[in-house]
Amino acid sequence: MDLNTRLQNVTVIGAAGKMGSGIALLLALELAYRALENKDRTYILNLVDVSDVSLQGLVRYLREQAVKDAEKQMSRLRRLYADRRDLVENGEMIEAFASEVLLHVRTGKTMVLAQDSTLVFEAAFEKEELKIGIYKDLAALCPREMYILTNTSSIPLHVLSEAAGMTGRVIGYHFYNPPAVQKLLEIITPDVCDTELQELAGELAKVLRKTVVSSNDIAGFIGNGHFMRDGLHGIREVERLAGEHGFTKAVYFVNKTSRDWLLRPMGIFQLIDYVGIDVFQLILRVMDKYLNDGLHSPLIDRYLELGVKGGQTSSGTQKDGFLKYEKGAIVGIYDPDKQAYVPLDGTWDKEADAQLGDHPDPALSWKSLQGDPDLETKLRSYFSNFETKPTLGARLATDYFRASRAASQRLVEAGVAKHAEDVNKVLTLGFFHLYGPINDHLD
Amino acid sequence: MTKLPKPLYLAAGAYTMSLGTGRPEFNPRVARPGLEHYIQEVGREVFAQIDDPDTIDEGVIGNFMAARFNKQGHLGSLMTIAHPSLEYKPMIRVEGACASGGLALATAIKSVLSGLAESVLVMGVEVQNTVKAVYGADILAGAGWFAGERKEGGTYFFPQKFSDRAGAYGQKYGVEKSREAMARWYATAVENARLNPLAQEHFNKVKDLLSQGLTPPDSRTFCEHINLFHCSKVSDGAAAIVVCSKEGYKRLGLKRKDVIKVVGYGHASANLTTPPPDLTELTTSRRASAAARKMARIAKEDYGVIEVHDCFSITGMLSLEALDLAAPGQSIDFIAAGENKRTGRFPTNTGGGLVGYGHPTGATGVRMAVDLWKQLTGKAGDYQVPLKKEHGIMISMGGNDKTVVSLVVKR
Ligand SMILES: NC(=O)c1ccc[n+]([C@@H]2O[C@H](COP(=O)([O-])OP(=O)(O)OC[C@H]3O[C@@H](n4cnc5c(N)ncnc54)[C@H](O)[C@@H]3O)[C@@H](O)[C@H]2O)c1
Repeated sequence: MDLNTRLQNVTVIGAAGKMGSGIALLLALELAYRALENKDRTYILNLVDVSDVSLQGLVRYLREQAVKDAEKQMSRLRRLYADRRDLVENGEMIEAFASEVLLHVRTGKTMVLAQDSTLVFEAAFEKEELKIGIYKDLAALCPREMYILTNTSSIPLHVLSEAAGMTGRVIGYHFYNPPAVQKLLEIITPDVCDTELQELAGELAKVLRKTVVSSNDIAGFIGNGHFMRDGLHGIREVERLAGEHGFTKAVYFVNKTSRDWLLRPMGIFQLIDYVGIDVFQLILRVMDKYLNDGLHSPLIDRYLELGVKGGQTSSGTQKDGFLKYEKGAIVGIYDPDKQAYVPLDGTWDKEADAQLGDHPDPALSWKSLQGDPDLETKLRSYFSNFETKPTLGARLATDYFRASRAASQRLVEAGVAKHAEDVNKVLTLGFFHLYGPINDHLD
Repeated sequence: MTKLPKPLYLAAGAYTMSLGTGRPEFNPRVARPGLEHYIQEVGREVFAQIDDPDTIDEGVIGNFMAARFNKQGHLGSLMTIAHPSLEYKPMIRVEGACASGGLALATAIKSVLSGLAESVLVMGVEVQNTVKAVYGADILAGAGWFAGERKEGGTYFFPQKFSDRAGAYGQKYGVEKSREAMARWYATAVENARLNPLAQEHFNKVKDLLSQGLTPPDSRTFCEHINLFHCSKVSDGAAAIVVCSKEGYKRLGLKRKDVIKVVGYGHASANLTTPPPDLTELTTSRRASAAARKMARIAKEDYGVIEVHDCFSITGMLSLEALDLAAPGQSIDFIAAGENKRTGRFPTNTGGGLVGYGHPTGATGVRMAVDLWKQLTGKAGDYQVPLKKEHGIMISMGGNDKTVVSLVVKR
């Protein structure tokens, strides 16, 4: 069955979630354009989630985004609507397109909506039993040809597909947040996977204009495979430094060097807060279950016991976690012993900065190097400064850098990633790093 | 009419900043002033220059599309908020697309000539940043023939129309050379705008304007023959000036040196439903400006300062040819020689013009008259040019050269 036929009836499970809504948007736009181009076919997008309120929010979101997309696609729309004499102005076509997008959407709380689908995207919670239950329901409801493209980010896919009797019919389709914007798509192909499904997944990625990285079906895949180990390194460093410097200062050191010295968009603890400490723990647990690699952290468990979770509010502002935030800026650091945030008040943190020593090149930052045509040369000379000025900051950053590279190399050795280049792509495209971790800086 | 039946003058001009991209005050996410603000701001500035506000007999306001940009009609009545003395005076709104300001001047001229008024306050206003550019393009497309042209027109209807003109011009006289001239036009417009604190491009810091102007057009994202630098801006703003008789400016408390004389005036309209007879020529602009010059009985060499309607740089070039300052195809050389620059023989659009100052559509024709008035009375501040000649001319053009008002003025 070809892709265009399969796209005539598609379902997204968990459609109102963070990832699901983005996937729903990508598909809704694609189906609307297809409907305008193939007038003899019908296209249906079933969006399933558990609450009416969130589904209504989803429809509102889709409409707003469809308008925004149409505003940028006017020449295409003017062409597609050339035969509609009633649509003359840009504004009329934009409105017509937004209605077209919603015309193909059916929302509901029941999986029965998926019964005619031969293509199902799943983005429900990262819970094994839940996903298996969903796959079983789908297998019972849908046509035999139905395939599942799952956004699962850590659970080995064969575990899910085997338990649901869907072996060969599930593939990992791991979008990055937000799916409509992020170019990266990690496709995880289990050992047993229909060739048709593999081809279809590749073809659809092209249609959606995604950059594909392939991973093997090993818990955590590439994205979380690196992120979890990177985070655990940061936590171990804190535990090591806490004895001499105290806990909050240790967190400060590690967060600061992992951002400013390594020229990353966020420090490691800000990133864990961004993702959510609870999500971090969940993924660690999944990976620990399947890999024997010491992937657990009592400190993370302790934070959650104390109710410190991080993550985002529904409007997208950052909640406090390892760090405390005000208008996006870091203003304090959590001390689990005191169960309180210690403010960055310009006293102890200033002292900490002095202990770290001068930044190797204060003119350079993640931001300043965006789109820099001489990025490679600048990075090379930047990292070569580290040895000549062995400050505490440079030492911590060097250790961090090497740990990140070692974790990445292990992903290649263990067969999670097929090539070093794939790991580098995930970190640059998916995590917005300026450079991939597998390189010869700081050898 | 070959001669004005009585002397006419322009006095007490003012215009506001052109607000839009480029101005530090402009933030698309923050609410901006509306029509009322601009009407009152230029109103205040005009009335500050005259002794007795009651000596203003009438008002005319030029506006193109407030009914769509701002959901506001009835601007004649709205204009009274410019000053309490205007209450119960006759006010009228006129519309002729981007020549609305020119039409407002023409209307006031007729009022004064008729003897019904000695002094008429002429205003132009437009507030366009209320909608995104894709929707703004729909609104501005109203200057074309909606029933016959819009459906087949491009997303950006007018840029498309003038891109077609630029394409035809390039084919006839050389693509490279005409693109270079368009780029030079842009560079000069920004250089002039940098001297005009009210201009939208006043803060433009780009070093190599010429290479920026030479950016190849991209038909996928915009138009085939022009790029965004060849376009006027999306702007909010207003302009105002008083059209008066000799008796009129005396009653305002002004001296002859404060005012300039209108010595020629031409107004032509062409069929909206037919395409221009020649894409490489502004036929209507040529007619109107020739009539104005004929009435003024001067030679084209007598222009000391010029205002043309450069809604696109190609329009600026074609206007120079319509004024007979350059033969067809030769505005390229004219511009290459810098004749249109403030240091050239015919300083043109000295305050930046539509590309550099901005283009609050309904205000533009009035703004041109104010810039001529500023130059000829020595009030242009940093962008004042040393005048070599006594006269100035302006072309206020609407749509694709469909409504044109041209004035010749004298110090
Ligand atoms: N958030 C990210 O950055 C990210 C990135 C890559 C992958 N993922 C993965 O994507 C998946 C979804 O994550 P998310 O962050 O969007 O979570 P989320 O909590 O925002 O969304 C999950 C959605 O699934 C719905 N859901 C739960 N059970 C359901 C059921 N039985 N039927 C229908 N809907 C159900 C929930 O109501 C919710 O709306 C997870 O597997 C996660 O690991 C997340």
